[in-house]
Amino acid sequence: MTINPQLNADGSLRHLLTIDGLPRAILTHILDTAEGFISVSEQEVKKVPLLRGKAIFNLFFEPSTRTRTTFEIAAKRLSADVINLNINASSQSKGETLLDTVDNLAAMQADMFVVRHAQSGAAHMIARHVAPHIHVVNAGDGRHAHPTQGLLDVFTIRKYKGEFHNLRVAIVGDVLHSRVARSQIHALTTLGVPEVRVIAPKTLLPVGVEQMGVHVYHDMLQGLKDVDVVIMLRLQNERMRGARLPSSQEYFKYYGLTQEKLALARPDAIVMHPGPMNRGVEIDSSVADGKQSVILPQVTYGIAVRMAVMSILAGN
Amino acid sequence: MNLPSANSLIAQLAATIKPTLTSNTVLVGMHTGGVWAAEHLHPLLDGNMPHGSLDISFYRDDFERIGLHAQVKPTRLPFEVEGRDILLVDDVLYTGRSVRAAMNALFDYGRPAKIRLAVLIDRVGDRQLPIAADFVGAALHVPGHQHIHLVRDGDLQLDLKLVDIS
Repeated sequence: MTINPQLNADGSLRHLLTIDGLPRAILTHILDTAEGFISVSEQEVKKVPLLRGKAIFNLFFEPSTRTRTTFEIAAKRLSADVINLNINASSQSKGETLLDTVDNLAAMQADMFVVRHAQSGAAHMIARHVAPHIHVVNAGDGRHAHPTQGLLDVFTIRKYKGEFHNLRVAIVGDVLHSRVARSQIHALTTLGVPEVRVIAPKTLLPVGVEQMGVHVYHDMLQGLKDVDVVIMLRLQNERMRGARLPSSQEYFKYYGLTQEKLALARPDAIVMHPGPMNRGVEIDSSVADGKQSVILPQVTYGIAVRMAVMSILAGN
Repeated sequence: MNLPSANSLIAQLAATIKPTLTSNTVLVGMHTGGVWAAEHLHPLLDGNMPHGSLDISFYRDDFERIGLHAQVKPTRLPFEVEGRDILLVDDVLYTGRSVRAAMNALFDYGRPAKIRLAVLIDRVGDRQLPIAADFVGAALHVPGHQHIHLVRDGDLQLDLKLVDIS
């Protein structure tokens, strides 16, 4: 029995559920493999035959057009058969029904499940349940993890900055509710980024976040000073109406990224955002569309990274 | 077994290939040994000829058995493949499966007018597909328990080496 449920007995990757606990060598292997897949999108025929004949089920218990689409494109560029299932979680009786669904799809000769679920741990539960030949990719579970997003973010950073060992990276915004932030932090620290900062009001930071190896700032003007990478997090407008924040205007004033605040970072700093963006809430349009923004390349690279993950899993 | 010198094979190949080149010819090396060989051939043929590199990892037919190759290199073809006369270069032609994969990969970039194959070593006797090289440095019989590889010492020096299969 292996300690990490993501790994086979020989240490190779069987599922991708979280970046937490994955060795640097596996992350680097995924990033290196993704480099090779970038050229596939430049081909006349944007497909390679690696996963021909494989059936990949996108199980989305929570709506997400962007993530589902990029997984679908990635799988299709690998020549897999892709089946998209948008499942309304409220109609499920949780746990048992989820596994019943999985069992039925496995009986349809599924080779891989890409799972998005509002409950943390859903992908882990499926991974523990499925037959050995079936692979599971977590496409976001609750507040827990979104490992392919974390990987595409570090891939983007490597494309623009080359190395990790000399970088200062700031993650700004709603860390508390963000599975993306957790995966980003694990990926960045595993790959050797020496200084990862989180910048957020106290109400949007998880208790004990320092134990993840990050430096905490509540003042954006201090936190952005001399950073190489600024990662903005999405802030859902409905959360604004809760007690954690007074208003979107006030949030933008203190934690929204403007050209003036970005000027505190290094002149060659890049700006990232996992999308979809709330313009005028967490990021100003002039920054989102500005020359330091790499938000759209992130989307492009996300396809190559997901192709790498799926092909590595299928090959193991 | 005494192996021929890689550099002498490259010089010999260049002399044979050069009269056949046209303005439409491009050079494509197959990772990894073929890329090294193509890099050495390039200045001997025509230093201005467009050249690129091809990784066939995504087109291999043994993915189901051995998974993805550990070191996938990006494919770089900085020219239109459509209608070109492609000179494909590899270090060793053995079963023919790598060349089959390379041709499939090239056709996903466009429809070449012609593909010709140049190899340093034609390992004869173990072909598994109906593929033959147009230009051969040397034809060799190699025992089944051995592989023959091109190795690079530094940036310039290339050598051929026999390796026992464990």
